[in-house]
Amino acid sequence: MNEPSKIVKTIASIIFPFIIVYGLYIIVHGHLTPGGGFQGGAVTASGIVLLLVAFGSAEIAKKIKESHLSILESVGALSFISLALLGLSTAFFYNFLAGSNFIFGRIPPFGSNPGDMNTGGVLPLMNISVGLKVIAGLFAVVLILSFVARAKEGRRK
Amino acid sequence: MNIATHSPALIIAIPLLGAFLTPLIGKLGRRVRDAFVLIILILTSIIGIILAQQVYSEGVVEYVFGGSSPSINSSTTSSIPIVRIIFEIDGMSIFMAMISLLLAFFAALYSISFVKDENGSDRYYTLLLLLLVGMLGMELTGDMFNFFVFIEIASISASALIAFSVDRGESLEAAIKYLAISSIGALFLLFAIGLLYGQYDALNMAMIANSLSNTYIDKIALILLIGSLAMKSGIAPMHMWMPDAYGEAPSSVTFAIIAATQASLYGLIRVCFTIYGKAFDMQAIAGVLVALAFASIFIGATMTLIQSSLTRAIAYAAVAEMGYILLGIGTALFLGVEAHGAVALKGGIFHIFNDALDMGLLFLAAGSIIYATKERNMNNLGGLARRMRFTTIFFLIGLLAASGMPPMNGFASKILIYESTYTLNPILAIIAILSSILMLAIFVRIFYSVFLGPENPNLKDIKEVPKPMLISMACISLIIILLGIFPSLVVDSIVNPAVHALSNVDAYIGSILGGV
Amino acid sequence: MIYNIPYIAVAALIMIGLYAILFKRNLIKIVIGITILESGVNLFLITLGYRKNAVAPIYTNLPEGTSIPEGMTLPVPQALTLTSIVIGVAVLALMLAISIQIYKKYRTLDVAKIRRLKG
Repeated sequence: MNEPSKIVKTIASIIFPFIIVYGLYIIVHGHLTPGGGFQGGAVTASGIVLLLVAFGSAEIAKKIKESHLSILESVGALSFISLALLGLSTAFFYNFLAGSNFIFGRIPPFGSNPGDMNTGGVLPLMNISVGLKVIAGLFAVVLILSFVARAKEGRRK
Repeated sequence: MNIATHSPALIIAIPLLGAFLTPLIGKLGRRVRDAFVLIILILTSIIGIILAQQVYSEGVVEYVFGGSSPSINSSTTSSIPIVRIIFEIDGMSIFMAMISLLLAFFAALYSISFVKDENGSDRYYTLLLLLLVGMLGMELTGDMFNFFVFIEIASISASALIAFSVDRGESLEAAIKYLAISSIGALFLLFAIGLLYGQYDALNMAMIANSLSNTYIDKIALILLIGSLAMKSGIAPMHMWMPDAYGEAPSSVTFAIIAATQASLYGLIRVCFTIYGKAFDMQAIAGVLVALAFASIFIGATMTLIQSSLTRAIAYAAVAEMGYILLGIGTALFLGVEAHGAVALKGGIFHIFNDALDMGLLFLAAGSIIYATKERNMNNLGGLARRMRFTTIFFLIGLLAASGMPPMNGFASKILIYESTYTLNPILAIIAILSSILMLAIFVRIFYSVFLGPENPNLKDIKEVPKPMLISMACISLIIILLGIFPSLVVDSIVNPAVHALSNVDAYIGSILGGV
Repeated sequence: MIYNIPYIAVAALIMIGLYAILFKRNLIKIVIGITILESGVNLFLITLGYRKNAVAPIYTNLPEGTSIPEGMTLPVPQALTLTSIVIGVAVLALMLAISIQIYKKYRTLDVAKIRRLKG
């Protein structure tokens, strides 16, 4: 397979920001509309993989190293467990931010409402941590699998 | 913050935190990382002991995740019973948890020198800690879907660990077989959980046990549950993955996977005794379990004869030992736990502990041989007793214990199993005793051909293995001999509460439903 | 009768998945068979939560006149299905990684030729 054509590269560069914004929207609004950490993370990772497919793994591997992805993944996981441990005064995973005056602390009215993003307590923060971990994890998997294809190509030439 | 009340959550949270911190700490150096892993395991064991003290004084400990009571009470909605995930820990759960903690600690101690030269050993310790989290979660939880999630965590970590040495094709083949069979078994488990949820609108084990009635769909769910959990425990005829996975994994990994297999067997015990024990008459199922146990014993004992690879032969012996445990459990289910069945259950549960130690010691000794000689085939080994004195002694202790010889702990549990099987049917007890003697003969032959006899000229300059491996093998041998001479030390304090907890289903149900 | 069609689809997916696992010789086809089996079980789980003429269990912009909670479908099976999908992704990624290592070692994906552990 030769180098991807100019049309593919241009269209991928144009669509890429929209996919990222859409994925991040799904992650952050997880406590109001369908979505959440894993779903939004999978969409965002697909957006980054689109770049990988359009530009070839050699180009992308120069910019993003696997050790950076590993650090990002660990940060996501550690923040998730720390948030769970912070509520340990009552129980593990207790929602200690709901009803308090910090961020995300409002309690929504019962029944149908247009959706207030300042609610939810510790849920949006956990959604963001899980989303970070999923993006890093899924992209690392596809990146490493693409190295094998590149090695095979090199050997055939 | 009272550590004792939060110990069920901390016992899961601390290894999980350690698993994700290990790659970051690994950048500081190899010794720091090894020390960190051992400290995390010691902390988890201390919390396990605190939890055990609570269980033995209170009876059943329950812990609600995410709230202070199991149900949601608010002024606008009606009170909805039991929606939160609850960990329910009784004597049997804490017994299995202590076995898992013991095995994980010695596996990590042994791995310090075993995986020293391989790259990617950061990931190895992360996966080992995640495997411990999966096993502990399986054993402590009181919620069916939570059990499924933890069983998948354990099997994914275990299969990634089996494939750890990627330059050998056999370990890759064993890993993908293990992963495929584990995930198919877990999917059937999920199907059965879905059937039970659709019937009773409950995922909590105590609630399902309380509202179970004798319908057709419950019978289908029982068949699926027993089938998938027996597949994960290596009971014949679904034992095919066990010789491959145990034989080709690095030996410290095999040591940890033995605990994971026994946690699946714990799941089987929990389903048969607690969830289905009150509403169903389990005599037919008990007959099937006893038949499967004999198939495992027979296949395990005879297939060990023809093996030429050392670890594969020991793995088939492990299949036979699983058969002995299932024999004790099946007999207890048949005779009823209050009457004669208590002796059988005591033997079966004690044998879980002994089998983990004995088979573990044999695998560690085999791993030392492979580490020193890089040779897996028994035909190329010989006369190692001159060079590797300590490993010889440990292997001897292990094989005497595994065959049920008197001064070792295997004898204490096997005599209970023989005694209870005799009240069931005398011929079955005689077959069990004969298989044990056959296994002793096979192991003596292995011992002779590997350790005694003329020395192979290729093996002139091998040395004894490094200290951490010797220390872990020595500690386990010490525990084996101690349990063999004083079995009542363990039986009265740990095994009897476990048996009592399994026969007392009402206490298990009442501690959750009585309080709501 | 029309409400039984998802259950028939579940049975069909499980049969197709089991057929692919048991009778195909290419390693990637076996992996795809496991994924199809997992899709079948996920479909079963989510079909359990359906209520006739009910809407999604979300409070944001709820349509007028729906009764809470009897007019909404059950939310618990949705959480179970989501967890199961995530576990399926992890298992699939690990199986593909091991398959690639097997291909690098043996240069073939035929299960009959890869098998070295016998007896």
